[in-house]
Amino acid sequence: MTRRVVITGVGTVSALGTNTPDFWNGCRAGASGIGPIGGGVDRTGIRFPNGAQALAFDPSRHFDEKQLIPLDRFATMAIVAAREALAAAQLELTPDEKTRAAIVTGSCYGGKCSEDAGFRSLYKDNQPRVHPLTIPRLMSNAGASALTLELGWQGPVWTVSTACSSANHAIGQAFWLVRHGLADVALAGGSEAPFTYGSLKAWEALRVVSPDTCRPFSKGRGGMVLGEGAGMLVLEPLERAQARGATILAELAGFGMSADAHHLTQPSAAGAARTLRLALDDANLPPEAIGVVNAHGTGTLANDVTESAAIREVFGANLDRLRVIATKSLHGHALGASSALEAVATVLGLREQCVIPTANFQERDPECDVPLSLEHAPWPHEAAVSNSFAFGGLNAVLVLRTIPS
Amino acid sequence: MSETVSPEVLDRVLRTLAETQKLPLEQVTPEASFEQLGIDSLDGINILFALENEFNINIPDESARLVRDVQQLAAGVQKILDEKDAQPAASA
Repeated sequence: MTRRVVITGVGTVSALGTNTPDFWNGCRAGASGIGPIGGGVDRTGIRFPNGAQALAFDPSRHFDEKQLIPLDRFATMAIVAAREALAAAQLELTPDEKTRAAIVTGSCYGGKCSEDAGFRSLYKDNQPRVHPLTIPRLMSNAGASALTLELGWQGPVWTVSTACSSANHAIGQAFWLVRHGLADVALAGGSEAPFTYGSLKAWEALRVVSPDTCRPFSKGRGGMVLGEGAGMLVLEPLERAQARGATILAELAGFGMSADAHHLTQPSAAGAARTLRLALDDANLPPEAIGVVNAHGTGTLANDVTESAAIREVFGANLDRLRVIATKSLHGHALGASSALEAVATVLGLREQCVIPTANFQERDPECDVPLSLEHAPWPHEAAVSNSFAFGGLNAVLVLRTIPS
Repeated sequence: MSETVSPEVLDRVLRTLAETQKLPLEQVTPEASFEQLGIDSLDGINILFALENEFNINIPDESARLVRDVQQLAAGVQKILDEKDAQPAASA
């Protein structure tokens, strides 16, 4: 069985706001959510000052106190984004349908806030014990499991952890489940809440974080900027969506994944290009069909050069009909949630047939010679790709396309 | 980087580098480039981490990015140490 799969609802929590209208308004305006790290996060002696925190997100507005006891911040974000996506999709499932409803989430490192707080109390404050729910809070599948309890979904549910590609891997696998009839509906995406002192110190030590802001593909870029948030998408077969009269945002047409087998942290243009081709093959689309690339675009020296080379290699023949967007300049690098936020931005760009600005751009870098979108403008396109290339050389690319109404 | 590197600083830099890279000390000469020693970007941050601990200094990302050989590395460490000495002593 092979079925066409469409997206009928999206939800987000990010530095741009606590819902998708705010997220999309921020994207269209090019209003970067990057700013001084705050919200009570200890950043004593941290070399980089800025992050893209979801400072407007207050879990207590979405959960009562009792509900919050077992939930880390990253799980609350996943649930709130999923609620928005499901409400938008207006999805109502029968008990039987719930047994064939899947949830696949991505997270780079799970409940880091709970882990950090627990270990701090042990190591620094010499407390004799940690909170009894530390393990269920920090497990990377905590968001997915909490969603099953809230929704009563009993189909295939799991969590993917592939660093910065986690959400794309999650969305891609959920897509294949629905396409091949292993599930009839799926929630897929990712969430991440990495703003803890220990985590910030670890990123500082890796020396890839920008001293100011995220400037993808720009000369003078100084690295990535950490973000947090969640993105969730509702996937279902095209026929089902049409039969129930759902609003179809876009078709999820293809997914490709591969490993560079090259280097632990250095990206590979060959690996990225190969994954783009795999995704296009899976969508049965030629490179000429693609009008927008939502780049991995971290703003690190290495990524943007190799990704530019990969984009030129795959789309070189039609660069004048292509625009590259790089939304990490807006919502930061939300690690395991990032590609879900990027997928949502790609879907909404397709729906409105527009491109959005890449924020913080300063000057063209000859080593990043791609047609970068710098403004919100109409841009007719039939299909788009959304790239993720993780540390460890693990690549995941989605292909999205419009559904003729 | 025209910093004059003291023999003691140079010796500690060479030892730290050899130890971090698991190389015989005699192979790590001041003249060696990172390329010759097989040092890639990931090795680079390991070396910076080891040097920060060895000398109790902070090496900024921007200056670290430009370093390509052992001589530049030692000169960079010396510069940071000299600047540290020039500042009034903080609480130990």
